[in-house]
Amino acid sequence: MSSTLSGLDLRDVTRDDAALRRFLSGLPGVDQVGAEARAAGLATRSIKTTAKAWAIDTAISMVDLTTLEGADTPGKVRSLCAKAVHPDPSDLTTPSVAAVCVYPDLVETAVDALGGAPVQVASVATAFPSGRAPLPTKLADVRDAVAAGATEIDMVIDRGAFLAGRYLQVYEEIVATREACGVAHLKVILETGELATLDNVRRASWLALLAGGDFIKSSTGKITPAATPPVALVMLEAARDFAQTTYELRGVKLAGGIRASKEAIRYLVMVNEIAGEQWLDPSLFRFGASSLLNDLLLQRHKLRTGAYDGADYVTLD
Amino acid sequence: MRKTYKLYIGGAFPRSESGRSYPVTSPVGELLAHAAQASRKDIRDAVVAARKAFGGWSGATAYNRGQVLYRIAEMLDGRREQFAAEVRAAEGGSAAAAVATVEHAIDRWVWYAGWADKYAQVTGSANPVAGPYFNFSLPEPTGVVGALAPQESSLLGLVSVVAPVITTGNTTVIVASRERPLPAVSLTEVLATSDLPSGVVNLLTGFPAELAPWLASHRDVNAIDLTGVDPADRPALQEAAADNVKRVFAPADEDWHSDPNTARLAAFVETKTVWHPVGV
Amino acid sequence: MPAFEYAPAPESRDVARLRASYGIFVDGRFRAGAGEAIKTVNPANEEPLAEVAEAGRADVDDAVQAARNAFEGAWGRMPGRERAKYLFRIARAIQERARELAVLESLDNGKPIRESRDVDIPLAAAHFFYYAGWADKLEHAGFGSRPRPIGVAGQVIPWNFPLLMAAWKIAPALATGNTVVLKPAETTPLTALTLAEIIAEADLPSGTVNILAGGPSIGQAIVDHNGIDKIAFTGSTEVGKAIQRAVAGTGKRLSLELGGKAANIVFDDAPLDQAVEGIVNGIFFNQGHVCCAGSRLLVQESVIDDVIAALHRRLTTLRLGDPLDKNTDIGAINSAAQLARIRELTDAGEEEGATRWSPPCDLPDRGFWFAPTVFTNVSQAHRIAREEIFGPVLSVLTFRTPAEAVEKANNTPYGLSAGIWTEKGSRILSMAGKLRAGVVWANTFNRFDPGSPFGGYQESGFGREGGRHGLGPYLA
Repeated sequence: MSSTLSGLDLRDVTRDDAALRRFLSGLPGVDQVGAEARAAGLATRSIKTTAKAWAIDTAISMVDLTTLEGADTPGKVRSLCAKAVHPDPSDLTTPSVAAVCVYPDLVETAVDALGGAPVQVASVATAFPSGRAPLPTKLADVRDAVAAGATEIDMVIDRGAFLAGRYLQVYEEIVATREACGVAHLKVILETGELATLDNVRRASWLALLAGGDFIKSSTGKITPAATPPVALVMLEAARDFAQTTYELRGVKLAGGIRASKEAIRYLVMVNEIAGEQWLDPSLFRFGASSLLNDLLLQRHKLRTGAYDGADYVTLD
Repeated sequence: MRKTYKLYIGGAFPRSESGRSYPVTSPVGELLAHAAQASRKDIRDAVVAARKAFGGWSGATAYNRGQVLYRIAEMLDGRREQFAAEVRAAEGGSAAAAVATVEHAIDRWVWYAGWADKYAQVTGSANPVAGPYFNFSLPEPTGVVGALAPQESSLLGLVSVVAPVITTGNTTVIVASRERPLPAVSLTEVLATSDLPSGVVNLLTGFPAELAPWLASHRDVNAIDLTGVDPADRPALQEAAADNVKRVFAPADEDWHSDPNTARLAAFVETKTVWHPVGV
Repeated sequence: MPAFEYAPAPESRDVARLRASYGIFVDGRFRAGAGEAIKTVNPANEEPLAEVAEAGRADVDDAVQAARNAFEGAWGRMPGRERAKYLFRIARAIQERARELAVLESLDNGKPIRESRDVDIPLAAAHFFYYAGWADKLEHAGFGSRPRPIGVAGQVIPWNFPLLMAAWKIAPALATGNTVVLKPAETTPLTALTLAEIIAEADLPSGTVNILAGGPSIGQAIVDHNGIDKIAFTGSTEVGKAIQRAVAGTGKRLSLELGGKAANIVFDDAPLDQAVEGIVNGIFFNQGHVCCAGSRLLVQESVIDDVIAALHRRLTTLRLGDPLDKNTDIGAINSAAQLARIRELTDAGEEEGATRWSPPCDLPDRGFWFAPTVFTNVSQAHRIAREEIFGPVLSVLTFRTPAEAVEKANNTPYGLSAGIWTEKGSRILSMAGKLRAGVVWANTFNRFDPGSPFGGYQESGFGREGGRHGLGPYLA
């Protein structure tokens, strides 16, 4: 850990590859065992009654309801959007989700289906999920999605370049993507499962934040491991530390493999105790999920009615 | 002409700061020589020398310590006739018995020399803890050991007390047998010309009854070996030792001629246990 | 009002099966002690929990005699593999009654239920399991081919980990074939007396283990008793020295586990977030009532501001309150006396010129409470850098080089534990070699395991508990 964390001119850091590498290597290391232990400790928080109800509603409002399949059709997307606005038609006090998340060629359908409801349209782009395409292709992908009405873009970083140490290339691609986004906000998917170590998660998080990402996002959801508690811990620490250094608040999105309300609530505890209260808001924290929403709804029913539900009591997309 | 032998402190041979000496006689009353009669200030100086030498001696590799001790054994062997004569003069008995005693003493020294780079393997361990941690325990020397040498066994018993203390990396202040100090003095002459760093062994001649309490109460002494102290006199010393929670070694009588176990090695080591996470 | 308020999540008090009164356990039976009946109190609210009939001197005599009879009789004759079975049974029973024991421990001691549930009780069971397995292998343990037990062991334990300390004492003593007379601390007798129930239900031969509640005079009576062959004491250095003086010349064997003032050393390249966890765990776990607590934080001067900022931030998320609430991180101080001592030393710290800080903390009106406290600008000469406070108080000092860190860390008559935080492997090993401490935690802190030898250098005591080395103090 060096004194660079306390108010340094970050433009110096991105002057060239060597400077960027030095900065990233100079960030505090992450002890894997210690990080896992802290994450596990936070999971022992017991959240009941009013706290649980608040957490469930908050989690619902933070969901980016997602469909990213080769088989997606306009019909599928329209259903998704209906559910996004009214997750539980039998209980209209249920909050809407934060966003829907689709492939670029279905953005127009989503915008149309949402019809001005307060739900964002997020599009994956930049040759999601692999990121393996020439930069002009990836940027065109972004511009098309924005033109079709996407208000949020979820890009992927070039993991090959990162692991090969070409940090400046990764940085510049993110900067270019941010520019192509225009007024849409940018989430940068790190694909932490491929980064493999928590040290890399910290470095990639900082890299994405330095480059202007509005959100850092853990995973594409297409490989495992995706979001895990230690990964979330490190990403939240990065957002916190970045805010402390630059006074800019950036968000964190966890995606992939989060299916149970219990898990979502544990992540909210982590947000609360690691990053801080400010991040307990859809503007700074999201869950990228599909089946999680239904589990949240089932838990919401149980809290309100006292009885357990079955799957037929919540709608399919 | 009867010599007056001096103390061995910090690799040098000073007189006692008190200037005192006392006559050393054989069991049948024949005057053998004079020996310095150490004072509490000599104890103080000896402890300072031992503490000063501890960092280097405990920081040397175990192999190095073993080599130093082996070399001392060779030197003792080169002087076996001299030592046999001195043992006989100090303890009485036959020439053959004295020769056997010296041979045992050299063998004993060699046995302990060989432990230097092995003791950690026998007593140390990697401990299989229930978590992602590498955990190991190792022996470390306790520090400065004060020892009262056996009163009767002037060489074999002395060697059996000194060697295990230093082979494990400790430094020591020894108070020799009151009546039979001369083989100890000759040992110090060997040590002084060996590769043993100054201050690792410091040896004082004089009256243990006068000196032992100063060793037992000294706060910069980590452990005390009461071998040469009569059981009736031990309680007071053990009480004084409690002031800085000294490790006290107070064995029952031993037959110096029979093979020792590892108790004297264990008595002056601490066990240090280290934990470190195992992760990427 | 915080956005995310965790609702109280209390563990149920009824689980503890608290009785109105507890007797002492002598020669296989419970009976009323001949001493005073005292009320043991819940330190979180000062309410009485139960009446405990303390032992009198005659009870000590009976217990020692019963232990002697068992040693010369049923227990002493028993082969190791049979002793092992009893120890396994006790271990299992602790696991089965884990929840009850955890709640009882938190009620009596004041520590958070999460700690008694996740640390104290599981480790206690684990100690019995571990030593059970040694009982029939002693000739292979490196103590000679025919190691013998010493005889009757008198054991006096402190209030900070009541059941765990009882397990640390009883398990190795029994595994090696000794018999036991044990006195728990006066303020925390309940889990030891429940362990006595477990021992009775395990059908351990009468007199093998005797447990007597009582105060310092009963501890003294055990130490002084002619029928005791070996003494094991965990507690303050001051009392440890008094015991060492008292047994001088008696031929009794002795092992001591005493106080500490451990240095937790953070280098500029430490994994910062984990180091902060290690610092917090090091001094605030168990309210700082830990002999091996990392009570002196030594930070490399170049990073002191960053470390303190991160530490302060982390401390604001600590939750202090009802020990039975599963979300509580910091529980109550064990007694009024201990609270007074902590206050005295922290007042001294302010007078000495150190800078005092605590996170905002609502202390309950009743009970014994102290907010986590950090002193910066502390120097070696301050009392708060030298004396064991035994509370949630951290003293922060700085250093410039590894050699200076070692020098400051070792500049104490204590030598129980130390912590090192750095990413550099060679430095970990170098520091570990130079720190005069019986336990060195590198990039971690406060880790315990029945297989890991624990104990101190110098005035932190002698002898080790845990591991193969833990057999030594109980073998002749």
